[in-house]
Amino acid sequence: MSPLDLAGEELRILTPCGMFGYGIPVEHFKRGMGRDPHIVIVDSGSTDPGPYQLGLGHTLVSRSAYMRELALLMDGCAEKGTRLVISSAGGAGTDAQLDDMIGMIREIARARGRRARIAAIRSSVAKDVVREGLRRGRVSSCGSAPELTETDIDETVDIVAQMGAEPFARALNEHPDADIIVTGRAYDPAPHAGFCMGRGIDPGLYWHMGKIIECGAACAEPKGRNILATIRPGSFDVEPMNPAERCTPTSVAAHTLYEKTRPDLLSGPGGTIDLRGARYEALDDRRVRVSGSAFIPSQGYTVKLEGAAIVGYRTIFIGGIRDPILLGQLDGFLAEARRRTEVLHPELARGEATLHYHCYGRDAVMGALEPLRDRVPHEIGLLGEITAPTQEMANAIAGAARVVVLHMPYPGQICTAGNFAIPLNPPENPIGPVCRFSIYHLLEVEDPTALFPIETIEV
Amino acid sequence: MPGDRLMDLARVLRSKNSGPFEITFDVIFDDDAVYERVKGSQALHTARMAELFGVPVDDVIVCMFFDPARAFKLTLKRGWAQGSVGERDTFGAQQHAPLLELMIP
Repeated sequence: MSPLDLAGEELRILTPCGMFGYGIPVEHFKRGMGRDPHIVIVDSGSTDPGPYQLGLGHTLVSRSAYMRELALLMDGCAEKGTRLVISSAGGAGTDAQLDDMIGMIREIARARGRRARIAAIRSSVAKDVVREGLRRGRVSSCGSAPELTETDIDETVDIVAQMGAEPFARALNEHPDADIIVTGRAYDPAPHAGFCMGRGIDPGLYWHMGKIIECGAACAEPKGRNILATIRPGSFDVEPMNPAERCTPTSVAAHTLYEKTRPDLLSGPGGTIDLRGARYEALDDRRVRVSGSAFIPSQGYTVKLEGAAIVGYRTIFIGGIRDPILLGQLDGFLAEARRRTEVLHPELARGEATLHYHCYGRDAVMGALEPLRDRVPHEIGLLGEITAPTQEMANAIAGAARVVVLHMPYPGQICTAGNFAIPLNPPENPIGPVCRFSIYHLLEVEDPTALFPIETIEV
Repeated sequence: MPGDRLMDLARVLRSKNSGPFEITFDVIFDDDAVYERVKGSQALHTARMAELFGVPVDDVIVCMFFDPARAFKLTLKRGWAQGSVGERDTFGAQQHAPLLELMIP
């Protein structure tokens, strides 16, 4: 069901949700399958939850959530003979997460007594490839990241590259018998673009379509999950599969604002989507037709690299302060508490470890930008965050810091038994490694598919 | 200053990460006249945004209007590392407060 040239015809793509594992409404998925999509595509990745996924190998959602949704998608697609694409497996898209996803597919296929042919595309990148790129001046910062250094590369746990459309097009074309294409890290709209590539459709249209529906029906009002795109050489239509949701020209246009640096020019592997000439037209009160989107190929071809490093180990304590005499002098109190903790643990003053006080109810969210920072609250929640090179050191500093906050005297004190209401017991809690994004950079490559080997697996 | 607060004119006013090193703000209006009034007021410009968020002008990556969605878009460099030591807002989802009370003549 994937003819190579559909010029004059239409391609239908179903995306059942914006993030694999967040929940697929079954009824709307079935309605989508009833429209005979040529392919089902779901994205599983994001950097938004922070660097811990890459640094620690954690997945975005639980294994049971993946199993539930995989079973639904595999059954629905097997029944119709529709190909299924799952990109950025596990959240970060590392080799280990991809292998876990393949294992889950295997488990479900076995339980159903069904054969499944899988094409898997890997995206883990060896450190030497990045070092070599850095030395040859082929690495540049992406999205306001600081310049990359050799130290950053050394400290990084795992590196992945975001594949563009070409590896998907290759896997789909070279392995026409594969039922399921499951991949490591990918640019979110890349599977949609890879499926449409080379079929006489303008790249601006298929990239724009991918950008919109990779988020499921987030472009609808109210926001939803299952969405069907119908694309042809001159335009594409989007339609949410929940009859209670509507796409409008404004809601669809507004979608490219979300989590994007700017809404009209969107850079990715191979070029930039230019929406300055895009037109959004209501077909009825739930469907929108888009045309006029353009794609500007870039000079060289770059892929985005992502990597995370472990920067230390964290221990926290949490509690509340209610005494108005203390709250009236909180800044002075915490400055003195910090000084006393630093006397006990000189590694803080030396910069080997850090102590942050987060004052909820005052400025924990906005920091120095909080306009109401000087208003004395009736109560604050204090989170003490300690990061050190080892968990033991973080625990020791947290213990000392918490005792200082609890018992340190202050001017005018009449509450002499303790300054701090502690909900948790034990009061200090080790919460493990802390990560940082150490690599968020573009690497120039000769061949868009070279970093992304394809293998086939028969289950 | 007479006028209206931005929060009373916008239908959507939000902040969110745009990648780990930027934070982006969307202000979306549901009425053409209100949108044109805000756009024409010149109240939302780069220097004012830098002042409002306490960042150098060079850290304002994008400050623009986007007519197809009746929207104002602002993107700033993130002043601190996402999801790392001392993080205040991993998703950047609650950093929009300075825009709420901005007065539009």
